[in-house]
Amino acid sequence: MRHIISVLLENEAGALSRVAGLFSARGYNIESLTVAPTDDPSLSRMTIVTSGSDEIVEQITKQLNKLIDVIKLLDMTAYPHIEREMALVKVRVPEAADREEAKRLADIFRGRIIDVTHDTYVVEITGEGSKLDAFLEALQPFPVLEVVRSGVMGIARGDVSLQI
Amino acid sequence: MSETASSSTAITGAEIFCRSLQAEGVEVVFGYPGGAVLHIYDALYRQDKVSHVLVRHEQGAVHAAEGYAKSSDKPGVALVTSGPGATNAITGIADAYMDSVPLVVFTGQVPTSLIGNDAFQEVDTVGITRPCVKHNFLVKDVKDLATTIKKAFYVATTGRPGPVVVDIPKDVTADSCEFEYPESIHMRSYNPVSKGHTGQIRKAVELILSAKQPMIYTGGGVILGKGSEALTEFTRKLGYPITNTLMGLGGYPASDKQYLGMLGMHGTYEANMAMHHADVLIAIGARFDDRVTGNIEKFCPHAKIVHVDVDPSSISKNVKVDVPIVGEVEPVLRELIKGLDENGGKPDAEALATWWKQIEEWQAQDCLKYDQNSELIKPQYVVQKFWELTQGEAFVTSDVGQHQMWAAQFYRFDKPNRWINSGGLGTMGVGLPFAMGVQFAHPDATVGCITGEASIQMCIQELSTCFQYQLPLKILNLNNRYLGMVRQWQEFFYQGRYAMSYMDALPDFVKLAEAYGHVGIQVTQPGDVEGAIKEALAQKERLVFLDFITDQSENVYPMIPAGAGQNEMILV
Repeated sequence: MRHIISVLLENEAGALSRVAGLFSARGYNIESLTVAPTDDPSLSRMTIVTSGSDEIVEQITKQLNKLIDVIKLLDMTAYPHIEREMALVKVRVPEAADREEAKRLADIFRGRIIDVTHDTYVVEITGEGSKLDAFLEALQPFPVLEVVRSGVMGIARGDVSLQI
Repeated sequence: MSETASSSTAITGAEIFCRSLQAEGVEVVFGYPGGAVLHIYDALYRQDKVSHVLVRHEQGAVHAAEGYAKSSDKPGVALVTSGPGATNAITGIADAYMDSVPLVVFTGQVPTSLIGNDAFQEVDTVGITRPCVKHNFLVKDVKDLATTIKKAFYVATTGRPGPVVVDIPKDVTADSCEFEYPESIHMRSYNPVSKGHTGQIRKAVELILSAKQPMIYTGGGVILGKGSEALTEFTRKLGYPITNTLMGLGGYPASDKQYLGMLGMHGTYEANMAMHHADVLIAIGARFDDRVTGNIEKFCPHAKIVHVDVDPSSISKNVKVDVPIVGEVEPVLRELIKGLDENGGKPDAEALATWWKQIEEWQAQDCLKYDQNSELIKPQYVVQKFWELTQGEAFVTSDVGQHQMWAAQFYRFDKPNRWINSGGLGTMGVGLPFAMGVQFAHPDATVGCITGEASIQMCIQELSTCFQYQLPLKILNLNNRYLGMVRQWQEFFYQGRYAMSYMDALPDFVKLAEAYGHVGIQVTQPGDVEGAIKEALAQKERLVFLDFITDQSENVYPMIPAGAGQNEMILV
């Protein structure tokens, strides 16, 4: 089963590689991993999307907690939560008709065109992974030059929160 | 600590290093100098509180520090230079990680300005050691040095212990700042649990008292957690049978009647059968290692399991348990004893009597029997004689292989911290440097190193260290001219195709010992074994290398073959 695990860890050199190294050393799946400092610059927040049986995910959370740099973590999957991912997509749209169609698709998916040249668009789109997949599928008729996906971020709804 | 804890004048990083070690009460550092640690060596030279032991290879330094730590209640400390110094130390660090040995390893590093430039003797030590340390640090500013050292000792010795590496660039050891050693340390990200959860303790007590066929299974955590006394009290109170893992030997007195011997691949028949048929298993400070469980699908099919461990990730890792208790072994055992008293219930005496009767039948198999009339020296006999002649009081290290199993089976440890071996990583070559570390921790004790002709050659250079420091070790080389355990598996599972397991062109160990300044004795007849060991023990000031030419065809029995369950042992 797919799990989203959010981790608060010390914002120190090497902390990211400790987490990444743990996943590779123990053979755990890692679907995506995003990390950035939080409002407290001494802390980083990481969102890991992984999958495995309940036993494996239990081990993953225990092993993550065992890392000295990890302060706290939360398996979002256990709570109502929101997940978001962003994609930046560059498409080639030399013809006027293509440009109109691409614009229309972006609107339907609540995407925004954030860069325009005489024959390309860059579209910014956010949502759950499946929505991004659907958008990319819809763009199939156009030559897609680049796709940049951020990986998933997550936050629990309501009172549940991951903080120190 | 108070007199070194603060100072008003600036001192160098190298001096801070020494003062910090003094503040930690470190008495001995095992190490080897080199370019990146020259400032540190100079500072060590100019003080006399911390002594330094010069090994002959950095691997030896870390293993010696391990032996020191495993046989005492202090962390081991090693100091090596950058690059190859650090890479040579890796095996020891990984070994300490697998066996949870509290260790602080200091590695020199190239100056901060050169890091990442492929400088002379540069490796990414923090990167290379990351998967095999409890934690590691790169100190980039001399102002962080004292606090980092404090953290390193704190992390290494608390919770589930383990090795911590502190990588110190050369310029940091030259830079100066004021020295203040923290009295205590708080890390928001590291708070090991000590006491067990009260509700879980109560549940455990109820389950333990409900048992008809109980079994207590304890591991290295009892030794590391100083829980032997509490374990003995707990076990005797219940009257239940108990087994120790390879790492847990000495955690419960081997001469006690409730003790069924070691369990696992080469454990006793009775211990493994009792595990298999148990209805309640009480696992304490053990981690359900594959060499213990055999085929996990067939492991303890009837048992409800209580598991006490300081490391939550050890619980339900390999085997799902019913009552997990996270906490240190000693306080949790005390809580369990108190819980038993408060509960007031007693074990089911009738069921227990039936259970012991069954166990006695298994014991009657006499699974450790071996040929007593052989004309060749039986390795088991050598270990047994060594045990008898030292009255079980020696500290015993071993290397890895058949001799390790015979040492574990035939030297009966009544006390903790006496049996020093490499259980998790299974590192050949550890025996001699382990023994050095033990002798430094216990200068007056008898320290035996039970080894084989293959293992001993992996760190043989340390015989030179032993001569320099006049360490009167007793080395028992069970010389069967084979990589014995490899040969045994090839005999059993590869139709006797002995690929690369024969040790051709062995050195003359007597001459080798003598060349290093020691006493060497070769023993070829069973009748001479006792006399040779007596003579070695009588040479109190000298290292004696006993080279026993043993029966080449002897195998370690009994054995759980790979893929089999604990009830499917091969007996002799």
